[in-house]
Amino acid sequence: MEIPYTIESRPDTGLYNAKLGIWLFLASEVMLFGGLFSAYVLLRVGAEPGMWPHGWLNVTFGTINTLLLALSAITTLLAWAACKVRDFTKFKIFHACTILLALTFLGIKSYEYHDKLIHYEVQLTNGKFADGHLIEKSKDFDLANKTGSVTLHGRIVEDEKDLMDLRTPAAQSAKLDEVTIAATDIKKMENYGPKHNTFTAIYFTLTGLHALHILGGTVVIFYFWAFGGAMWKTDPERFTNRIEVSGLFWHFVDLVWIFLFPVLYLT
Amino acid sequence: MQATVQQFPPFREVTDVHAHDDHGHGHGEHHEPNFWQKYIFSTDHKVIGIQYGFMSLCFMLFGFFLMILMRWQIAHPGVPVPVLGPLLEKILGQPAAHGAISPDLYNSFGAMHGTIMVFLGVVPLAFAAFGNYVVPLMIGAPDMTFPRINMASFHAFFLGGVVMLVSFFIPGGAAQAGWTSYSPLATTIPTNGQAFWLVGMVLLITSSLLGAVNFIATIIQLRAPGMTWMRLPWFVWAQFVTAFILLLAFPPLEAAGVLQLMDNLAHTSFFLPTGLAVGGQLADRSGGGSPLLWQHLFWFLGHPEVYVLILPAMGIVIEVIANNTRKPIWGYKSLVYSVLFVGFLSFIVWAHHMYLTGMGQKIATFFQATTMMISVPSVIILTCMFLSLWGGSIRINTPMLFALGFLPMFGIGGLTGLPLGLAAADLYLHDTYYIIAHFHYVVAPGTIFALFAGVYFWFPKMTGRKMNEFWGRVHFWCSLAFMNIVFMPMFAQGIKGMLRRMSDGAVNYSAARVPGAIDALPGSVMQLNGVILWAAVCLGIAQIPFIINLFWSINHGEKVGANPWRATTLDWQTPTPPPHGNFEHSPVVVRGPYEYSAPGHAEDFTPQDEAESPTTPLTPTAHH
Repeated sequence: MEIPYTIESRPDTGLYNAKLGIWLFLASEVMLFGGLFSAYVLLRVGAEPGMWPHGWLNVTFGTINTLLLALSAITTLLAWAACKVRDFTKFKIFHACTILLALTFLGIKSYEYHDKLIHYEVQLTNGKFADGHLIEKSKDFDLANKTGSVTLHGRIVEDEKDLMDLRTPAAQSAKLDEVTIAATDIKKMENYGPKHNTFTAIYFTLTGLHALHILGGTVVIFYFWAFGGAMWKTDPERFTNRIEVSGLFWHFVDLVWIFLFPVLYLT
Repeated sequence: MQATVQQFPPFREVTDVHAHDDHGHGHGEHHEPNFWQKYIFSTDHKVIGIQYGFMSLCFMLFGFFLMILMRWQIAHPGVPVPVLGPLLEKILGQPAAHGAISPDLYNSFGAMHGTIMVFLGVVPLAFAAFGNYVVPLMIGAPDMTFPRINMASFHAFFLGGVVMLVSFFIPGGAAQAGWTSYSPLATTIPTNGQAFWLVGMVLLITSSLLGAVNFIATIIQLRAPGMTWMRLPWFVWAQFVTAFILLLAFPPLEAAGVLQLMDNLAHTSFFLPTGLAVGGQLADRSGGGSPLLWQHLFWFLGHPEVYVLILPAMGIVIEVIANNTRKPIWGYKSLVYSVLFVGFLSFIVWAHHMYLTGMGQKIATFFQATTMMISVPSVIILTCMFLSLWGGSIRINTPMLFALGFLPMFGIGGLTGLPLGLAAADLYLHDTYYIIAHFHYVVAPGTIFALFAGVYFWFPKMTGRKMNEFWGRVHFWCSLAFMNIVFMPMFAQGIKGMLRRMSDGAVNYSAARVPGAIDALPGSVMQLNGVILWAAVCLGIAQIPFIINLFWSINHGEKVGANPWRATTLDWQTPTPPPHGNFEHSPVVVRGPYEYSAPGHAEDFTPQDEAESPTTPLTPTAHH
């Protein structure tokens, strides 16, 4: 006996095997991201008053990325539709767009990560905080031996809490300058990487896991795009199913971003 | 959609193609598979099932040895382990100096015993091994829906096991924070064992995920024509619900694992509170995290996991009981609805593991209520098993003995769980040996007995030979006796206040108390540690007949036909051992799973695919 319903649907369920499989997989993905989102909620609710960051992420970049993914959802759908009407050329065009959109998304995401990793918060020995993007470290800069100095593009504030909400008019209108700090004045220097606080931690984890999903989806779609021709000639129905199943995954990944964007960028 | 697709069942045509294929093997197999293709990279559900079975039995034996070493340390704290001590020192070095078990090593063994038994022993044996081998046969399917994903699932499991084992040999040793890996302990212990544990768990979760998707898709899509939902053997129902639990409960632990891995490697503070001090110094962490978050995410998996351990075992017991009482199982529909209800409720009871965390009285009350509720369907299932025995002409053989042994043992395990589900009683019993006794009664003489029943029961299907009956009975009676001598005293120890996780068997704890005071441990409680040690050793010796019997019977057991137990379900209507593709003809199911002693039939069993009368149009495909 051979395994039935690999391509055609089972009459009483209306599904072929892989389509059911991907829906089940997506159900477990919902639970995975659900677990992480609930972690986000608990961390945010449990944060000390005034210590949960707001407005730390660039809304413009976030919006552009949201639009890119929304557009890629459309091209994914059109690529599948093209397969359904047996138009391979159109499929190639639409999924080329999907791949380019996904890569652009990842490019912008990496730029945002880079921006966070060169952004430093410096606790000064006089109790104040310097905060800004790294311009340069002097050649002999060594925090342990207290030699040299570091130059940031940013500002100095009295209290760490002043750095938490960047949506306030005061923070919006704050003047950013070049600030040079001697190593002898530095108590602690740390970039906005995952270990900075629980917000950056959950931000990097959630978006990192999401970016890995984007990357995985892109690799799969690229594989079908580049090497799918052979199966298209011998078994177009099966190939169409593959595009549908990978498309379902892609829509799920888009949907996760639709939740990530407001949760991380807008609140 | 094309019109031909609508014909039901479409794979009848495929069967016809096969009928003309006289070569004895299916499409795409133009050469004999070599050893690697046949046993390592096989996509056949039966081979994968056996792979899982063999590996998980090995892991269970390994986990058992860890336990023996721990029991020695509990009974004789600081005394070098006899026989195994020098070997231990040679392999592990400093933590096992002079052949004695240091507290750190004890903690490692404790954490790894739990992890290995649950995630590498019982779950893969109960779910993956029996499920893989039996479920496609029972529903009349040629294989699992996604054979290559099935293979990937086993390989992920294997890799996960390797990572877990390797962690014993890294500097600092394996994970030490218990199988529950509570933070901040799991992050602050200075060994990378925890990172290995987490990576291993992510691999095992991936394996379970792939398996669960495969099982659900198989049961939904590949049921043979006529195999309606209410004609499924209950074992399939149990596996179906188990697969859903794995699919939906494991991902939150994966999320938690990712977060704890970030805590351990990227130095984030997801589970580390503000102001955490390690070794008397303020930790260099941002803080702001929540240790309670880990516990919620862990137990969101952890409690459904209990049902992952028990449901497949109950499924095996039902099959064995129905077969050996020679009558239909009592209350089939109640069983089906109960298992569905258990599966659903298992997701909303998790916080009864956390009554002592100070999460709040209202939440505790909610989880107390759901915990009491979930005992109802569990009791219904057990009651159906007991009532099935009533009025049956019971055939006593090794599988049936183990199935019968399961009933009181699981009963004890279940009933002793009730005080733990009530917050007031749990405050006292929490983290004592009472807990250890309770969940071991559920899993060891409960689930593992059922798994033994399954091994003895389906062995003839896998090999065409029966395992030796006499040694099977020796195995059963010795195991039953020693299991009880091991675990029954722990109830008493726990009620007297002996805490779990103490590496010296409570010697220091006991010495620190005023003799005769209400919180002192009486000497009799401490002496039980010695009894338990030797009972455990005897329990180990009692497994030797099983191990020898298992391997000896593969080639020397009594030869039997395709259906030696005279069973009704489809797994016994195939050739033995089943060939690639399982069935010679696509089976057509015409009746329920437990048609034993049906009036008007010559035999006392009526297979699910046996046609009702010669005049029905289904006759050409049915076989007798």
